[in-house]
Amino acid sequence: MLHVEAVKKSFDGFLAVNEADLVVEKGEIIAVIGPNGAGKTTLFNLITGQLKPDTGRVIFKDDDISGVPPYEICKKGISRSFQVVNIFSRLTVFENVQVAMLSHQKKTFKLFSPTKGQVVQETKDILDNVGLSDKANNISGSLSHGDQKVLEIAIALGNQPELLILDEPTAGMSPEETSATIDLIKRLTTDLGLTILFCEHDMELVFAIAHKIMVMRQGRSIIQAKPDQVRDNKEVQEAYLGDSA
Amino acid sequence: MFRNIFHLKSSVPIVALFIVLLILPPIIPRFYTYIIALMFVTGLLAMSLNMVVGHGGMFQFHHAAFYGVGAYTFALILTKTTLPMWVGFAAGPIAAAFVGLVIGWFCVRLSRLYFGMLQISLGSLIWAIVFRWYSLTSGDDGIHGIPMPSILSSLNSSYYFILMVLTICLVGMYLIFKSPFGTTLQAIRDNPQRCEAVGVNVRRHQLVAIVIATFFAGVAGVLFVMLEKSVFPDLLFWVLSLEIFIMCLLGGWFTFLGPMLGAAITMALRTFVGIYTEYWTLILGIILILLIFFLPEGVMGYITEKLKGPITSSIREE
Repeated sequence: MLHVEAVKKSFDGFLAVNEADLVVEKGEIIAVIGPNGAGKTTLFNLITGQLKPDTGRVIFKDDDISGVPPYEICKKGISRSFQVVNIFSRLTVFENVQVAMLSHQKKTFKLFSPTKGQVVQETKDILDNVGLSDKANNISGSLSHGDQKVLEIAIALGNQPELLILDEPTAGMSPEETSATIDLIKRLTTDLGLTILFCEHDMELVFAIAHKIMVMRQGRSIIQAKPDQVRDNKEVQEAYLGDSA
Repeated sequence: MFRNIFHLKSSVPIVALFIVLLILPPIIPRFYTYIIALMFVTGLLAMSLNMVVGHGGMFQFHHAAFYGVGAYTFALILTKTTLPMWVGFAAGPIAAAFVGLVIGWFCVRLSRLYFGMLQISLGSLIWAIVFRWYSLTSGDDGIHGIPMPSILSSLNSSYYFILMVLTICLVGMYLIFKSPFGTTLQAIRDNPQRCEAVGVNVRRHQLVAIVIATFFAGVAGVLFVMLEKSVFPDLLFWVLSLEIFIMCLLGGWFTFLGPMLGAAITMALRTFVGIYTEYWTLILGIILILLIFFLPEGVMGYITEKLKGPITSSIREE
């Protein structure tokens, strides 16, 4: 479904991503792990168009999407959440998801019919699904950090994507919120048939839900394999697990 | 389509105010009728600016340029051609929107402050053209005694006409504010990056917002000519742009009617404080300082907060 082929990105001479490869097949949950600064977020930004790769290609469903603007990539069926909370802070929780849904249904240029009557049911379904419906009318900027991270995922779902990319979905969450989010991610693949690509520092979460794990180090992709193969890999242990053990 | 977004409770004071405004002109001195009509015109201009500044989050620093384009287009058609008045009335806003499209097309390619700087320079360019093109615009003399049809020649009749057009414009703006486009625009204000990530073409939406806002600025310009029967280059000078920007801040730029209130407060101050001192801008400056410290959401924002509870107090940005 998604093929990242030898993408490279440097900032002022610093190689953030150096010939990274990644393959995501339909229905999989893929985790990207690596120490801080390994280039995980940059890689995601290259896939979703926030950044343009210097060289290399990103192929999504046989389309070359490298260098395509983010709003076009989103329309092709890739949607993402962000590591740092990135929501519409003055809008209500409901409106946050509604905007994504309006955009998905190409209704953002409607000028004279009230927003209130638009895509209401679809938005409610998403909020029910992630468990934010009781806070639907709260201003999103006033939510707790954990709820804002969940809202992040809800906004991404508003585009009804095929591939969902989550950048550290549980960063800063309490243990309870984390386990609720793990359940949510699992449900999204089983119920909605979503393909998920995520990166995370919480190893427990990664090994609990990922079908395959890709390990990055200093911008390179070292390995992409099943969790136990990754755990046994020498280079990975040296690069990553060794540090944290 | 109105039932959904117009609430009975909040529309009562507005309807009451509207009725008061309807019966005022015959019973108050002419001078006050004139001041209120001027508040309508400037208020509409501030409201149109707020569509891009408060709801769209763009640094539209030279909005008065479009006001002036609307006013001059109307005035020139009335004085230099034999076309009927309604042609000028339509041409003013359309010319303003067209200039808005051209300037906006360049501006939306830049980010925040650079957007504002380009706005000021391109807007000032239009001011310079109007100021220098003596044979067409009479330069800094302006054009005076613009003939109006008899139906609009008296102060009271132009007052009512302006009130009518203002009401239509405000209803239209409110519909847009509450529409999917308006919601998307507010989402762009809050977070353009995220908007792109959910599939919104940010630049295109910003450009459409600028065109709509400059259209309404053009309407305000036309109304000004109807009231004043004259035009002069000050209409598109940057000082006016700054003044209406302050009106938006003062009234509350995240609210809908705030700029209208801000315009009314500013103009009332200028009129009544101006009687006692020529340094009324000093008073305005002090009010602005107090505002920044005590009412960062503006007067209207403060009132809404008091009525509905502090919904936004915890999310003041940085």
